[in-house]
Amino acid sequence: MIANTKFQSSYNYAFIDESTKKEVRRRALKAVCIPGYQVPYSSPEMPISRGWGTGGLHLTLSLIGKSDTFKIIDQGSDASVNACNLREFVKMMTGCRVTFDTAEATLIQTRHRVPEEIMTERQILVLQVPQPEVLRGVERYEVRTRQMHAEADYSKIWVSLYEAYVRFGTLMRGSGYPIRVNDRYVATPSPIPRWDVPNLSMANCLYLFGAGREKRIHAIPPYTKVEPLEFEDVKFRVEEFAGIRCSVSGEDRAFMDEIFDDQERRKHVINDSNFLDKVKTGQRPPQRLFNNPD
Amino acid sequence: MSHQDTEDGWLLRVRSLTKVYGDPAETTLARTGPKFDSNICPDTGAIVAIAGIDFDLYPGEVLGVVGESGSGKSTLVQLLFFDQEATSGEVYLKSVDGGRTNLLTASHQRKRYMRNHLLGMVYQNPRDGLNFSFTSGGNIAEKLLMAGSFHVGRIRDRASYLLMQTEVPIQRMDETPSSFSGGMQQRVQISKAIANNPPLVFLDEVTSGLDVSVQAKVLDLIRRLQHELGISMIVVSHDLGVIRMLTDRTMVLKHGHIVEHGLTDQILQDPQHAYTQLLVSSLL
Repeated sequence: MIANTKFQSSYNYAFIDESTKKEVRRRALKAVCIPGYQVPYSSPEMPISRGWGTGGLHLTLSLIGKSDTFKIIDQGSDASVNACNLREFVKMMTGCRVTFDTAEATLIQTRHRVPEEIMTERQILVLQVPQPEVLRGVERYEVRTRQMHAEADYSKIWVSLYEAYVRFGTLMRGSGYPIRVNDRYVATPSPIPRWDVPNLSMANCLYLFGAGREKRIHAIPPYTKVEPLEFEDVKFRVEEFAGIRCSVSGEDRAFMDEIFDDQERRKHVINDSNFLDKVKTGQRPPQRLFNNPD
Repeated sequence: MSHQDTEDGWLLRVRSLTKVYGDPAETTLARTGPKFDSNICPDTGAIVAIAGIDFDLYPGEVLGVVGESGSGKSTLVQLLFFDQEATSGEVYLKSVDGGRTNLLTASHQRKRYMRNHLLGMVYQNPRDGLNFSFTSGGNIAEKLLMAGSFHVGRIRDRASYLLMQTEVPIQRMDETPSSFSGGMQQRVQISKAIANNPPLVFLDEVTSGLDVSVQAKVLDLIRRLQHELGISMIVVSHDLGVIRMLTDRTMVLKHGHIVEHGLTDQILQDPQHAYTQLLVSSLL
């Protein structure tokens, strides 16, 4: 009898079928070739709802190989329900090693944070993106936003920054601060805090952005110039945590979560859980820190 | 026109500018116009908005365009401001390649550059020219940002100077135009149009829909700015009073064709074409 080797398992390796993976990889390659440009892709069905990290998962599952070490973080945490479930899913579908250690991982999927620790050339960071169109807030029609990108007509997003300055006295943007990639396309860095935005520029690693619901991929290749939009006299600033130390580790110079304990006392904790684990043991991994102007 | 013989000195030159909506046949242009008292092609039903418009505009000059509604006045300035694409024709600006390039064949980027740096437009409806979700200062900033000025302090200085010039209270600079009266909205629009000191501004029925005293104020403002800054203007209006007050030279449009063209005073005092005579005699 001839043994059936082809249909031993009910799923293909890494869940997605090979032709779809090929398509996603080709789109990702195109995105790398045109930094910051949103490449449309097929966005196949996944066993999680669209808008819950499908874009990130498409990229992850198309790129992951048997020798990869996978890490997933959700708003800095390895332990959130979403992160745990996706980690289990990827592990089950690929049999890859999974880790919490940022330095050890080769492929990291993340939602709304870039790890504090400097990433290396052998690592890829896949970001989940809810809204890839940075201009959507100022222009609701897709046909117009595409034309605006084509002509590099970004005056409307500049006006929205001007208006933010007029109203709040600062370039106020909670997350997803608009960036100009490689002197050409203005793109969204996904809803990461401003703290993480400077780390996108001239990084060692590849950043891939997947928006499953909106069916778009964009990328920031390694060693690519990324600038946050800023005026000549009003500069981009990251969040300041002046005089604030982590209540768990006592450390500073990291992005902090504000929490209230049972006695309603205000506390801060380092947001990046793996970074916190490391600083608790006394070692401090290398970071790229941005100093606010003046 | 004797002007057309002069090779130099012009700012804007327009030759056989034509816009047809729908499906034009070869006979369309020959079978429409004032002679036939229609701009609808009897063969294909195509609508000729304007046909074969020729004129030159000189620096510092104010050219009036009059005609009843549907005569193609607004289409003319919208074509020149690249809001719509012309069917055929040539448009030259002296400041672009010395006036040797037909602007209608330029790329979108090039057209946008000209809109942002060399042209200004004031629409009849402020909602077409202003973004009502931005503040009035932001609207002016948009025009300055489009022209590559990225200094908030200088943008705000320029915006408040312009609003002062157009008599909009500077305290209201950071409010959206939706909270303004119609006359104020129109003045914000004028500020935006002239923000980059463009050599050429189009005014499309700027005073229609305003009450008479506000009309007079807006017209005064336009005339003052024109004198102070020496901007060339094309003023589109169905109101001969506006044309008389603002313009040096006037073109009368009917069914998309120029039926009469000359000095404003001459046209109003001694209209030659039957249609112009009708227009002038129906002046209230």
